Amino acid sequence: MLKEIKSTGSKDTRSGFGDGILEAARKNPNIVALTADLAGSLKLHPFIKEFPERFFQCGISEANMIGVGAGLTIGGKIPYTTTFANFSTGRVYDQIRQSVAYSGKNVKICASHAGLTLGEDGATHQMLEDIGMMKMLPGMTVIVPCDYTQTKAATKAIADYQGPVYLRFGRPSWPIFTREEDFKIGKAQFFSEGNDVSIFACGHMVWNAIQAGVQLQAKGISVEVINIHTVKPLDEAAVLASLKKTKCAVTVEEHNFIGGLGDSIAHCAAKNFPVPIEYVGTRDTFGESGTPMELLKKYGLDIPDIVSATEKVLNRKKNG
Amino acid sequence: MPELHSIATQVRRDIIRMVHDANSGHPGGSLGCADFLTALYFKVMKHDPAFNMDAHNEDIFILSNGHISPLFYSVLARSGYFDVKELATFRKINSRLQGHPATHEHLPGVRIATGSLGQGMSVAIGAALAKKLNGDPATVFSLHGDGELDEGQVWEAITFAAHHKVDNLISAVDWNGQQIDGPTDQVMHLRNIREKFNVFGWTTMEVDGNDINAVVATLEKAKSLKGQGKPIGIMMHTIMGKGVDFMENDHNWHGTAPNDEQFQKALAQLPETLGDY
Repeated sequence: MLKEIKSTGSKDTRSGFGDGILEAARKNPNIVALTADLAGSLKLHPFIKEFPERFFQCGISEANMIGVGAGLTIGGKIPYTTTFANFSTGRVYDQIRQSVAYSGKNVKICASHAGLTLGEDGATHQMLEDIGMMKMLPGMTVIVPCDYTQTKAATKAIADYQGPVYLRFGRPSWPIFTREEDFKIGKAQFFSEGNDVSIFACGHMVWNAIQAGVQLQAKGISVEVINIHTVKPLDEAAVLASLKKTKCAVTVEEHNFIGGLGDSIAHCAAKNFPVPIEYVGTRDTFGESGTPMELLKKYGLDIPDIVSATEKVLNRKKNG
Repeated sequence: MPELHSIATQVRRDIIRMVHDANSGHPGGSLGCADFLTALYFKVMKHDPAFNMDAHNEDIFILSNGHISPLFYSVLARSGYFDVKELATFRKINSRLQGHPATHEHLPGVRIATGSLGQGMSVAIGAALAKKLNGDPATVFSLHGDGELDEGQVWEAITFAAHHKVDNLISAVDWNGQQIDGPTDQVMHLRNIREKFNVFGWTTMEVDGNDINAVVATLEKAKSLKGQGKPIGIMMHTIMGKGVDFMENDHNWHGTAPNDEQFQKALAQLPETLGDY
């Protein structure tokens, strides 16, 4: 039963990153931070003020930042590289591939302003392919937390997690509705138990999935809403347990519907327990300028889109 | 210990044997930089073949132009990082001696994967910064091809190193004037590399990279210039293919293995000094 989940306020997930790295750095002296001219956007100033010697400004040179990060691990440092999601991934894919992933380096690639909700800056900055690129890299862990609190929890947790991590978060103020203690890397987070349909979501879209779930429940549909904050490694046991109960699913992500969370769920289902699945994501398109809410509506990521995708998948299951 | 010159001769012999046996690999740059890497590992660097990735209080070497892996592997094996017999596995299936250096198979002595060019200086800078944070007085050395300087990331790194006063870093450039498609002047004219490093804020030196005693003296001089607020660059004039007359100064030997006849001709110019693997 999906109880109405109240938000306890609203804040940007990137502030969760800024607050998280400060707390983590107080506990672990090996944590260092790097940025490519975006310290303010990534909310790093409190960290820089407290630990100036552990901060490296790289200027607008992301490729070098990734390499310097990889080098800092030689000697035991835990580097957090910071910039927007497009500059954190597509621009430096080969640097991440060779110097970080293939080399097995303990670098934390922290990416803000991901997805459509970046808003007015438009498609050049609205990264919608990063989850796919990063999850394709052998050994890379991909984490997409859903709110301020979870981003803070994830930022702290990755310090104690050996190996390369891609941590993806965003720009806009967004409802806060989780507790830090409920986050565990690799462990799916259930917001409700239901029998009719599983809704898997990550990032900002978890909130929308919950709101859609409330509306669906009012129509008498029993919904299981699951936050897959760790897209890789996927919590296959949790995914399959849910699919075996509901026998259909909807996936929701602020990402191209090719290569993201939806494909990870579909892959898991196809291998183990095939069921009808509907994807809510951008449909192999670039974004554009607009407010976050206008963009979510135009590109099919709004609450009514999740409701209609759910009704569609329930029909497919019924008629299957 | 045998003389540096005779070690370098055996290393060159190893390179030719490895590349011939694998029927692939990059002999040209490997031969050209044999004197530099021999000087570094057998004379200049403080390092421990009981390999530790974090290298606390040890000097570190990062090979950025990873395609000269036969040289790197020979010098590591001859320094005691692993058995020289393992050189026979170069580029073969199930080997730790990958075509380009990698950490993935845990080969002792390799601290980062390289091969896709332009990334090693950034890594060397990171390792040097970690040493500073750890209060570790040791030095980080790196080697780069001149053709590799076409990559923009190298210039990002050069700028960063000067800005952040990474003065425990000594980076050498293999200035042999050749790259895969031809002479660097024709492929992409680099102008005066040393002047470029100078205006980017480095202390620079120049040396004949195939005069092993001069290389040692230059590296020792470079070490004495550490801690003065500037990274140190060594522009090393080398001859691609040095030591095998028909390979010298010919870019066609960048990434080509000798056939059996060429192999015998090459070995005849490189006497066995330390015993073949």
